[in-house]
Amino acid sequence: MLDWLYESAAVTDTEVRKLARDPTELLSRAVQPVLWLAVFGQVFSHVRGIPTGSLRYLDYMAPGILAQSILFSAIFYGIAIIWERDLGIVHKLLVTPARRSALVFGKAVAAGLRGLVQAAVVYLVAIALHVAIRWEPLPMITVAAGVFVGSCIFSTFSLVIACIVKTRERFMGIGQLLTMPLFFASNAIYPLDIMPDWLRGIAAFNPLTYLVDALRGAMIVGGHSVYGDATSFGIMLLVFLLLLALAARLYPGLAR
Amino acid sequence: MAATNNTIAIATVDLSKRFNHVTALDRLTLSVARGQIFGLLGPNGAGKSTTIKILTTLLEASSGRATVAGFDVAADPIEVRRRIGYVPQLLSADGALTATENLTLSARLYGLHGARLTTRVREALAFAGLETVAHKLVRTFSGGMIRRLEVAQATLHTPEILFLDEPTIGLDPVARRTVWERLQQLRHSQGMTILITTHDMEEADVLCDELAILHQGRLAVIGQPEALKAQVGPEADLADVFAHFSGAVIEQEGYYRGIRQSRGTIQRLG
Ligand SMILES: Nc1ncnc2c1ncn2[C@@H]1O[C@H](COP(=O)(O)OP(=O)(O)OP(=O)(O)O)[C@@H](O)[C@H]1O
Ligand SMILES: [Mg+2]
Repeated sequence: MLDWLYESAAVTDTEVRKLARDPTELLSRAVQPVLWLAVFGQVFSHVRGIPTGSLRYLDYMAPGILAQSILFSAIFYGIAIIWERDLGIVHKLLVTPARRSALVFGKAVAAGLRGLVQAAVVYLVAIALHVAIRWEPLPMITVAAGVFVGSCIFSTFSLVIACIVKTRERFMGIGQLLTMPLFFASNAIYPLDIMPDWLRGIAAFNPLTYLVDALRGAMIVGGHSVYGDATSFGIMLLVFLLLLALAARLYPGLAR
Repeated sequence: MAATNNTIAIATVDLSKRFNHVTALDRLTLSVARGQIFGLLGPNGAGKSTTIKILTTLLEASSGRATVAGFDVAADPIEVRRRIGYVPQLLSADGALTATENLTLSARLYGLHGARLTTRVREALAFAGLETVAHKLVRTFSGGMIRRLEVAQATLHTPEILFLDEPTIGLDPVARRTVWERLQQLRHSQGMTILITTHDMEEADVLCDELAILHQGRLAVIGQPEALKAQVGPEADLADVFAHFSGAVIEQEGYYRGIRQSRGTIQRLG
């Protein structure tokens, strides 16, 4: 177990160093949430087209946009993996006796940390737009935990896809194809109640829904969680473990 | 399941690999003695990289067996991994990391820690001649520097056997020589067994104690460089040996087969 953690930490350490060295990507990914909140959020706040109870629409959607920015950046994690495959870096990791699950977990943790930085950027945007943010410690820890686990889920999902498609071109196609449905079949920018039944059914199987739900309960003043933190986090952790097991199985196939 | 025969580093028996319709490796049987530098030659697509990938546990064979450092690659891949180093065909040190960071990552994944890790990383930097650029990003390095780094990286855990897939491809003559010197050094100081693939006849001649030539996934010939040359002709060099055992021979075979086939056709017609 200690060896396993040591191997994971080695991978995480390396990934974090690379991220810290090249923050441009991280910053460029912050542009999208700015646009969503500033344009979409402002406009729909005025229109009042979506029933969000006592919440302003802008406040309602802020957690959704945080979750979206986590999803959109984590889902392209697989590109980096394919890149590493093309360069032979994956092969180098795989000839070591390190456990495959540790390699994959180490990468997920790095993605989780990166998600936290990204969340900080979204918070800055939200502050600038006067979103009613909760600043108590416990809700903030809940947000951080959600962001972390959410990043782990979607980056590992992305890694699984990378292991299956193996080429950049195919990955780009599938990445685009998956992110939009994941986003729209969730409660990110409208409540589940206004969805048609079939879409609500799909949303219930979408991990993004549980991430948004947990964030909505903890991030904004007056926001509340539909499922409760225990359910949301329980489901997210379960999904992450399943994805991790799948990724650990598929990852060695990248060297073929 | 340790090997009973301690003088053999690598042994394969009828090792085959098929990718859909392509037979990349066809019943390869060979053995490599400990402490040797062994060269795997053959034209593009002959199956050299495929062989190395199976021996380094990256790829599963379709059939046949392979034993590396006394362990079966399919049954005990982790034991094999502990005892081997591998330098891939592409320059694959991570350009976004420094030399030290590249080495540290590998060292940790090989289970080194504490003082031993620090010492081994420092020794590796010295071995690669990269002490002065230890904290520079690898993407600023020349091909020769990267290759030396990779050899150092693959030997941090002092493996018994080192696999290198075309270690000097794309390097200038001076850089090539420094890589050869490092490999010879590893063999002499640690008795390491080294298996390389190469297209470079000079490299094969200078470096290798024994050679195998693959062609279309099959073993065409195996032997010491001098013996192979003698077999081909009194004046023959390795290029002649290579031509004889890969391209030329197969062309001839095709020619004979062609004759036989046309004869068959004529007989049927007659
Ligand atoms: N992943 C793969 N999928 C399908 N075919 C493959 C795969 N890898 C290798 N092959 C095929 O197997 C054969 C042997 O390839 P291999 O890479 O082992 O050759 P090689 O001797 O290393 O050649 P080179 O000198 O070009 O590196 C080739 O015909 C190649 O196209
Ligand atoms: Mg090759």
